[in-house]
Amino acid sequence: MPLTWRRPLILMLCLLPMAWLVTQTLRQQLGADPATTLVHLTGHYTFYFLLITLAVTPLRRLVHWRRVHFRWLQPHRRMLGLTALFYALAHVCAYLVFILGLDFSVLGAELIKRPYILLTLPALVLLILLGATSTQNMMRRLGRHWRRLHSSIYLIAVLAWLHVLLQVRSNYEDAFIFGGLTLLLLGMRLYWRLRDSMRHP
Amino acid sequence: MLIRRPDPIPSSEITPEHIYRNRRAFMRDALGLAALGLARPALAAPGHKVDEVVPGPPWLSDAIGAAGADSTPAGDALTPYSHVTSYNNFYEFGYDKADPARHSGKFKPHPWQIEITGAVHKPGVYHLEDVLKGMALEERVYRLRCVEAWSMVIPWIGFPLAALLKRVDPKGSAKYVAFTTVKRPEEMPGQKKRLGAIDWPYREGLRLDEAMHPLTLMAVGLYGRILPNQNGAPLRLVVPWKYGFKSIKSIVKIELTEHQPYTSWSATAPNEYGFYANVNPQVDHPRWSQAQERRLPSGLLKPNIIPTQMFNGYGEQVASLYGGMDLRKFY
Repeated sequence: MPLTWRRPLILMLCLLPMAWLVTQTLRQQLGADPATTLVHLTGHYTFYFLLITLAVTPLRRLVHWRRVHFRWLQPHRRMLGLTALFYALAHVCAYLVFILGLDFSVLGAELIKRPYILLTLPALVLLILLGATSTQNMMRRLGRHWRRLHSSIYLIAVLAWLHVLLQVRSNYEDAFIFGGLTLLLLGMRLYWRLRDSMRHP
Repeated sequence: MLIRRPDPIPSSEITPEHIYRNRRAFMRDALGLAALGLARPALAAPGHKVDEVVPGPPWLSDAIGAAGADSTPAGDALTPYSHVTSYNNFYEFGYDKADPARHSGKFKPHPWQIEITGAVHKPGVYHLEDVLKGMALEERVYRLRCVEAWSMVIPWIGFPLAALLKRVDPKGSAKYVAFTTVKRPEEMPGQKKRLGAIDWPYREGLRLDEAMHPLTLMAVGLYGRILPNQNGAPLRLVVPWKYGFKSIKSIVKIELTEHQPYTSWSATAPNEYGFYANVNPQVDHPRWSQAQERRLPSGLLKPNIIPTQMFNGYGEQVASLYGGMDLRKFY
């Protein structure tokens, strides 16, 4: 399938979870406490897309048989990353509007008292920065700094994982799966970098 | 000479609140029905009943159907039955709020036995049917405040725990009551999950005076029907002034003890959940405030956020149990 067709198709796939959420909300199918459900689900979607974005390069490098390969996915990495930003913003908005009722005095108190909320601030600022510098133009202008700036997506993933871990009550499933995948993806990158630097001292 | 004392007024004689409030409409309808010769004699029945039938033995549904209505003045609006039975924390069936309704279909709450043991004069294994024999069931509309800062208002059907405890006759040495939920991994998929911090079976406990308090209820039904599986069938505790996790579900064992018993949540995260777990807006959970609660159902654009009351609004009845105690320390 040519790139021009793939692009809108992948965009639609990226927005599918949001479309589903909106439909469920309008049909009042989110249960007795839709606010919490919305915040919870948009948070999950953010993490899924962070992990998918991080997986693009390793998939391309590891899976390259004749028929099955992921070279076609590489041009869509920006869209996947922007989708993660989109769900992160939806997550924050849902929290501010539906949980806090836009009462910003409560927000101040919550930020001071709850480290698991506070540490999402740097993650969010970084994610917005990465979104803003994701264009071809910015890539050219930033040159070699672009790579360094954009490797902070790993820091974002680690902060997001801490955000999940610090909220564990009795179920470690999410923290375990998100943490394990983040570690795996980060580990692969570090391993490759180390190997390359040893090869070209 | 035989002196006959007048019987106490049976609850069936007391006009249920909703009928009293609608007395004009009631009179009009009653007149209409009487005119048609259809008026029936008043029988004891729960004031709040849904049409939906929960499967279970007829002796139980009959007893529940004959429970006396709650005659206390109606304050809070009830949480609809559909939410009460689809939004549950019952980790034995999964962590998601919808899991208990979804995954409790295989659970068989009948027949059921309860072991009562420890510091009592009449220990034994009792059939639920025998426990309910001679026990007057009553409807109680209680607020339920979850430690996660949401709340509901539920019309339970049950009997005071004190009535059961008196029957088994606690010894003088008994200071606490320990409860245990059934452990059946084959019927409760949540008990098979790994990466959980709770050591099954779920256990809870009360001080004996808390257990004997007239507000402390053993529920077998809600909304005039048999307790659905996801709500803790067939027998659960309801302690309305404590966070919901104290109100242990599907109880198979009650033990009277001399020492404070093991309780699942306070053992899992002692800095977050105490033994007492009284509803207290002044003591935050480490990760969220307890000053407010979302009274369900809480809509998206009109969130139903209300201030949380000390002892969930039951302070008048229960505050004396904790005289002289530092409730910040004994949270």
